[in-house]
Amino acid sequence: MSIRALIVDDSSVMRKIVERSLRQAGIDLSQVLEAGNGADALAVLAENPVDLILCDINMPIMDGLEFIKQLPGVANAKNVPVVMITTEGSESHVVQALSCGARGYIRKPFTPDQVKEHVVPVLGGKS
Amino acid sequence: MKSAIDKHAADGCHETWVPMLEMATREVFELMVGTELELPENVVETNLDVTAMVGLAGQLCGVLSVRCENMAAALITSKMLGVELHKTGSEMSDALGEIANMVAGNFKNKISGLAEGCLLSPPTVITGNDYSLHPQVDSGDLEIRLVFEKMPLVVSLQVQSQN
Repeated sequence: MSIRALIVDDSSVMRKIVERSLRQAGIDLSQVLEAGNGADALAVLAENPVDLILCDINMPIMDGLEFIKQLPGVANAKNVPVVMITTEGSESHVVQALSCGARGYIRKPFTPDQVKEHVVPVLGGKS
Repeated sequence: MKSAIDKHAADGCHETWVPMLEMATREVFELMVGTELELPENVVETNLDVTAMVGLAGQLCGVLSVRCENMAAALITSKMLGVELHKTGSEMSDALGEIANMVAGNFKNKISGLAEGCLLSPPTVITGNDYSLHPQVDSGDLEIRLVFEKMPLVVSLQVQSQN
């Protein structure tokens, strides 16, 4: 089954790398949506249902933690797994992200294998 | 109780961070660029005309910079994105900024206590080399010189001491 992914990162290069890593990990993507910060991502979700969200933490306007706090109120994000991909490697960031609803946490730099290891389990067989 | 950072700073031991800075840089290039960096056989001064900088604030204050030639920056971008060299122009600054960001993040995650207490600024990228940088730092300059695809790559960390 192919999935629709939303990649949220203020770097367009990093968004492309994440997309490529998902494909290299063998995840079948039917649609890839992008946003440069949390506020833009909420606007994308208002119009588009997705199956997976990959999100940076440090972004302008609305950071990744604030973004995932808002997701329970977004119809198109209901039960959609969120995996953080970030340079922030502290335990407090991991705990904070998981307590806000993230299902996985990948530290940059990363390999496609690490993406697969963290993303495939949260898709629940959709990949 | 002093943190590891305080102790390092008090002892003037920032030099001990050099191997960690090198390791952090090597890991970023191996994982994200797919290239193993080498040590230079001799120091050759060339025009390092692309500079990517990330500020650090909190328990460690300073500036981390990654400098390389324009050709190296284009090749890094090409390898990161998996696109041909001539298609990298508009994304080169973004790619080099992300490299600096990941090196800084990876470095601080390797030092006890620093991952929690040090924030990174968004990266800034300067092209050209006719400039002087005057950061508000006073603890000297940690610098590593490596070679990327036969081209020089210089990573510097300039640190403000904790008073």
